[in-house]
Amino acid sequence: MPSLPDVMTPDVERLAAQAPRGAPTASHIDPHLAGPLVEFLMRTGDNALILGHRVSQWCGHSPALEEDIALANQALDLVGQCQLWLGLAGEVEGRGRSADHLAYRRDAAAFRNVLLVELPNGDFGQTLMRQFLFDAFHIELLRALTRSADPRVAEIAAKAQKEVAYHLERSADLVIRLGDGTDESRARMQAALTYLFPYTGEMMHDDAVDRALADAGIAPLPSSLRADWDRTVREVLAEATLTHPGQTYQHGIAGQGGGKRGVHTEHLGFILAEMQFLQRAYPDATW
Amino acid sequence: MYAQLVKSEGAKSREEMTPEEIAFQERIDRGEKIEPKEWMPEGYRKTLIRQIGQHAHSEIVGQLPEGNWITRAPTLERKQILLAKVQDEAGHGLYLYSAAETLGVSRDELLAALHSGKMKYSSIFNYPTLNWADIGAVGWLVDGAAIMNQVPLQRTSFGPYSRAMIRICKEESFHQRQGYDIMMKMCAGTPEQKAMAQDALNRFWYPALMMFGPSDKDSVHSAQSMAWKIKINTNDELRQKFVDQTVPQARYLGLTVPDENLTWNEDKGGHDFSEPDWSEFFEVIAGNGPCNAERLNARVKAWDDGAWFREGLMAHAGKAEARRRAAQVAAE
Amino acid sequence: MSSEWPLWEVFIRGQHGLNHRHVGSLHAPDAEMAIRNARDVYTRRNEGVSIWVVKSNEITASSPSEKGPLFDPSNSKVYRHPTFYDIPEEVGHM
Repeated sequence: MPSLPDVMTPDVERLAAQAPRGAPTASHIDPHLAGPLVEFLMRTGDNALILGHRVSQWCGHSPALEEDIALANQALDLVGQCQLWLGLAGEVEGRGRSADHLAYRRDAAAFRNVLLVELPNGDFGQTLMRQFLFDAFHIELLRALTRSADPRVAEIAAKAQKEVAYHLERSADLVIRLGDGTDESRARMQAALTYLFPYTGEMMHDDAVDRALADAGIAPLPSSLRADWDRTVREVLAEATLTHPGQTYQHGIAGQGGGKRGVHTEHLGFILAEMQFLQRAYPDATW
Repeated sequence: MYAQLVKSEGAKSREEMTPEEIAFQERIDRGEKIEPKEWMPEGYRKTLIRQIGQHAHSEIVGQLPEGNWITRAPTLERKQILLAKVQDEAGHGLYLYSAAETLGVSRDELLAALHSGKMKYSSIFNYPTLNWADIGAVGWLVDGAAIMNQVPLQRTSFGPYSRAMIRICKEESFHQRQGYDIMMKMCAGTPEQKAMAQDALNRFWYPALMMFGPSDKDSVHSAQSMAWKIKINTNDELRQKFVDQTVPQARYLGLTVPDENLTWNEDKGGHDFSEPDWSEFFEVIAGNGPCNAERLNARVKAWDDGAWFREGLMAHAGKAEARRRAAQVAAE
Repeated sequence: MSSEWPLWEVFIRGQHGLNHRHVGSLHAPDAEMAIRNARDVYTRRNEGVSIWVVKSNEITASSPSEKGPLFDPSNSKVYRHPTFYDIPEEVGHM
């Protein structure tokens, strides 16, 4: 990581206090909600950014040309969504930070994505399993967000929902096919599931930010999405003839850790070192 | 070009041709398209497989030098543009493999020939992309050179190849422009950015000129391919056209083309310029370019690592089909 | 076992309600995936609203050697074309 100036996300309370003097577009937001909203928008945007980044790493290296093209579409959707979420985050925050600024000038501790999306690609099966576990959550989140009390949030969610519905259709179907494929493909998918499942709980774990937004009708409580997520996952795993891992330890919830709180795996630092290299090395340049 | 040094099979004089071959040549001369199931000389078929295959390989190996920068693109928009472009190249590879497949060779066979080193891809993709301006230079110069060759190939005699080229040219129209757009930004940027742009031009200029292949004005292979309209212009014609188009574009950027002998020649209405080092070209073709090993290894690895995935999906499709049939039988 | 995915031909109906048109081919393990791959490969630029796929080896094509007998006869049916008929200019557009 280049040791260059880093802009940390300020804490939620201080942000909330600043919000009323912020950008005029954010003026209709209750000042106490601006902080949590920015935090939430970064979580949603960072999930899309980091997962999009991971998926884009396959470009040119996939097992078949058709898959290569399909994955690139998915990465393009996710990077596009991240631009919208982070763009809105910057706007609500009112400190003049653009989506690019947020993506390229924050250090790992200021990133708010869940740990699941930053985990390594592994083999193609691990990538698909990660995608499926996230898509199954992502679609429920977006579906709920289309009913957000904040029209800008609802609008972005409506656009993203169509894209993610297709992501889920694809990833669920591939998980089923590979689970119920050859012995080797089943073994690989099962191994991926075992590795990734302990990182799924974080997506549906509530904290103070979530509760504040849920109270205001801006975003759903993540825990309220669990039942639907669980149903999708169980159905797909059953059809895939894979064994559900059951109750396992869940990372990012207990103690100090967790991507939503900015405490990441070691992997994120390397993602950012690569992603942010040009902006960090040439801070005065425009691209 | 994307298909360099493609040897034509069976260059024949009119006297040596069979009546069928004469009729075939006359169809081509009339501008008719040849379609897959129609009679064609074996040499035409083989040459096309070689050329379209090499072209397809170039597209997918060509994903690698640019793909190299997808994770480092400096803005979200640049990341999207680059990703979309590299994705297009996968699509173009796919269209071209499909065109080759109409000639009775499978994509997997073509890939096996690429992986074993039996078939080649364009020399240009064995050069590294070392700084962000290289991504601009690849779009501007490499795609620029490719377009120069591909636009006339839309009129090639083989129907599926021609249709693939039409689709590719339509999609590629933004590729060169995005490259030049990067170069403009770099040249209008900080001194370091400008230096990167000049460095990129310095390194890509001669490799881009090599893309057209060595002079082929006396080559019997080229003459045969041109008679068959699977090659439309000579290598020298295209190279000249490329230089004449590119020099003013470099000037607009404020960059210097790395050629002391570059001058405008009023008499021929074009530039005089230095030939690239052809010994380097032949070394790169022989496998000794800066990135040959990396590029080929990356392709082989993607293929080998993906075997279980492709097999798993085939196995599932087989199972699903068997279940569907069993259900049908049970219902009857 | 051969793991080579079969080849499919892809037909797409564009935005304007015209017939499905052959746009190209691709590989996929089965029809369902062929449709999805077609969506990803051939509608990247918003080209279509409906996709058909058919296995390439299930297409029955007219034989090129019969091209003469099949298509030449229609050459002589000039009366099928509007330009066959002379309509005086004063009648107006028809």
